[in-house]
Amino acid sequence: MNETDGTWVLSARGLRKEYGKDAGLVRAVDGVDLDVAPGETLAVMGPSGCGKSTLLHLFGGLDRPTAGEIWLAGQRVDRLTERALARMRRDAVGFVFQAFHLMDELTTVENVELPALLAGRSPHAARRLALELLERVGLADRATFLPTALSGGQRQRAAIARALANEPAVVLADEPTGNLDSAATLELLRLFESLHAAGQTLIIVTHDSRIAATADRMISMRDGAFIDETRLTGGTRGNLADLAGLGG
Amino acid sequence: MGKALLVCRLAVKDIRHRPAQAFLLLLAIAAGSATLALGLGLRGTTDNPYARTRVATSGPDVVATVIPGGSAPAPPTSVRPGDPGGPGSADVSGLLPLEHARGVVAHSGPFPVTWALLRMGHATGSAEVEGRSAVPSAVDRPKLLQGTWVRPGGVVVEAAFANAFGLHVGDRLSLGGSSFKVVGTAVTAAIPDYPDVCTALGCFLANRVSAYNPGLIWATEADAGHIARAASSTPLAYFLNLKLADPAGAVAFTDRYNASASPTAPFLYSWQSIRDGDAQVIAKVQQVLVTGSWLLALLAIASVVVLVGGRMAEQTRRVGLLKAVGGTPGLVAVVLLFEHTIVGLCAAGVGLLAGWLAAPLLDSTGGGLLGAAGAPALTASTVVLVVALALAVTIVATFVPAIRAARQSTVAALEDSARAPRRRAAMIRLSTHLPTPLLIGVRLAVRRPRRLLLSVFSVAITASVLVAVLVSHATDGSFIGARVNQATTIILVMLIILAAVNTVFVAWTTALDTRHPAALARALGATPAQITVGLSVAQLLPALAGVLLGIPGGIGFYDAPRNGAGPTTIVPALWLAVMIAGTLLAVAVLTAIPARISARRPVTEVLQAETS
Repeated sequence: MNETDGTWVLSARGLRKEYGKDAGLVRAVDGVDLDVAPGETLAVMGPSGCGKSTLLHLFGGLDRPTAGEIWLAGQRVDRLTERALARMRRDAVGFVFQAFHLMDELTTVENVELPALLAGRSPHAARRLALELLERVGLADRATFLPTALSGGQRQRAAIARALANEPAVVLADEPTGNLDSAATLELLRLFESLHAAGQTLIIVTHDSRIAATADRMISMRDGAFIDETRLTGGTRGNLADLAGLGG
Repeated sequence: MGKALLVCRLAVKDIRHRPAQAFLLLLAIAAGSATLALGLGLRGTTDNPYARTRVATSGPDVVATVIPGGSAPAPPTSVRPGDPGGPGSADVSGLLPLEHARGVVAHSGPFPVTWALLRMGHATGSAEVEGRSAVPSAVDRPKLLQGTWVRPGGVVVEAAFANAFGLHVGDRLSLGGSSFKVVGTAVTAAIPDYPDVCTALGCFLANRVSAYNPGLIWATEADAGHIARAASSTPLAYFLNLKLADPAGAVAFTDRYNASASPTAPFLYSWQSIRDGDAQVIAKVQQVLVTGSWLLALLAIASVVVLVGGRMAEQTRRVGLLKAVGGTPGLVAVVLLFEHTIVGLCAAGVGLLAGWLAAPLLDSTGGGLLGAAGAPALTASTVVLVVALALAVTIVATFVPAIRAARQSTVAALEDSARAPRRRAAMIRLSTHLPTPLLIGVRLAVRRPRRLLLSVFSVAITASVLVAVLVSHATDGSFIGARVNQATTIILVMLIILAAVNTVFVAWTTALDTRHPAALARALGATPAQITVGLSVAQLLPALAGVLLGIPGGIGFYDAPRNGAGPTTIVPALWLAVMIAGTLLAVAVLTAIPARISARRPVTEVLQAETS
């Protein structure tokens, strides 16, 4: 199958990322091949330092591979210039970070509308879209709050709303529940479920098996390489609270 | 003792670890210190050359003058050489009783004096021509530096005037249309040297004859009369030189006489007022330097605040480590203050030395007096003032960041977390209507309003002085004089250097401080070019505000010492446009490198550092 024929929203072939050289050489990502279908939710699991975040950064064009190919939304990512990579991040990728990375001086709605403004949308259209997204993630009543006035779960939902601002081909979430308590984790899983139901492609990097259990497919990583791949029959259609270990 | 040693070690180690920053800190403070030392040191530096000249020329204690139609001198401006008008010669008989007045022990004169247009080649100026006999007089015997004394057709030019006009023995010049040969150059203590001939004795008839910064020329009495007659606009005045039994009482003598005399009677000048006239240029230079040194000190405070702020941003983790291993907030603050105090003291030393070495370049008497003024003595008060200025700048600028660092929580410091930015809702709303680079620039700029104000202030001060210099060139700034212009240029150059240092450090500090929002903006789709331009815009906005404020500031700076006198201050719009464009270009160039480096920093590195 050809990577550009539209079957896969994201593909990687022989992907490698190395740091250092000679005796100090570290292979953060070592020969990864991957295809992600549109609307699929993929969980990448593994212990700390196994290379999962690096893999996500390579997919999102935040970092460049040492070798291999990445195709995202029909574009060969690894050959793009910095400028083109920025455009690709703006138009085709939504990032969700463990530390939320909201701008403290901007209100929730100003944070969410930022990618749309960077993409050149009018202030009015960007604001309307941001309010719709906040409604969708259940934060409409927190639109004018500063991030410091939000709980951890609310901040992460705001970050997800921001990731969706430019209707990305794929949302890349790096340990999205890493800083959240159980209740907030459950809220977030429900949000991911709704995104999945709406056909949004999601790649979630996590070391929490309960989160991974909600995905369509789970890949395990160790020392930069895929060591196992499991297609999950229940996926996010199971009982989230049970899957997340929060069921009563 | 142990604690003091620890403070010293930590401070010295940090200075050695960051020599470039310490050097720039030193440079910023030293610039202000040097200028202040220079300004303070110039006080009274012309006293000795005047005293030497007075002895060598048997200078008068009092000069009495009488002019046609009255004694009061007119202002030495407003009429160019060759302007018409003027009554007949002065009544010399009014001077004669003074020759035998009480307290007068010797006299010379009365000597006829006239004013004439001077031409030499293509150069034009004005001259005060004093008629003298070939025989040396008892009082005021001008000392020849070159050539011989006056003779028919041969004139002697005052040395400073000769230097300024490039006149040499053997040159020919025209006075009031008659040709003369320069036969000598000489100095005198009876009149201030060029270009301040008018400052003490005034330039009589200035509104009717050529008296625009005239230089003194001695001719024979017959030649002076001939010049006066040849140009009907230049009637004769008379000078009478007096020696008193009590030279120190010359001021009291002239005051007593001038107070009781009628308006048409002779007017008397003391040797002290002539000496002060000689020091007039130095006084103006000193005024410019002292004013400039305070401006530089203000700018140095801004520099040091920015430098220290930048260093604090870099050293947050170090402060956290210090505190984590048991250092108290007080210790942290003391280390920072001590470190910058060392630099401040070194800067004061450098400034004193530089000011002392530079003084002879500015206190030159222009050749109108005997002997050089030489380097000024470093008095205790000068040293104390300069050191106090350097320490004040250091402490004022360091205190707030040091206390802030000391108060920061250890955990936050160890995490190297940035201070919470300020929210400016109106500017954020406004920025949504701007193109992406401007949106980024405005938002980055308003995050730190105090830094923004420092940038505005820094550029505004420099632009003010630049505008003042432009104004002096645009209007007729000849009254300012070459040496005052030289002093203003020194101030301007130092201000530009400091403003450039400020700009680079503000840009660098902004780049460091905004690494997280810049990385996040890139993760959300902003290109490195947009971030680079945005960071530059964040510096250009305050620079634009500063340069615009500098225009009225500079005009005010120029007008203030004149008290509204002289022509209306107008600067050609093109000059101002070039200055604004040049300033913005310079800021853009200076900020380009830090902005570019910051914009190309790997996004993942920054975002992960914030996460860890």
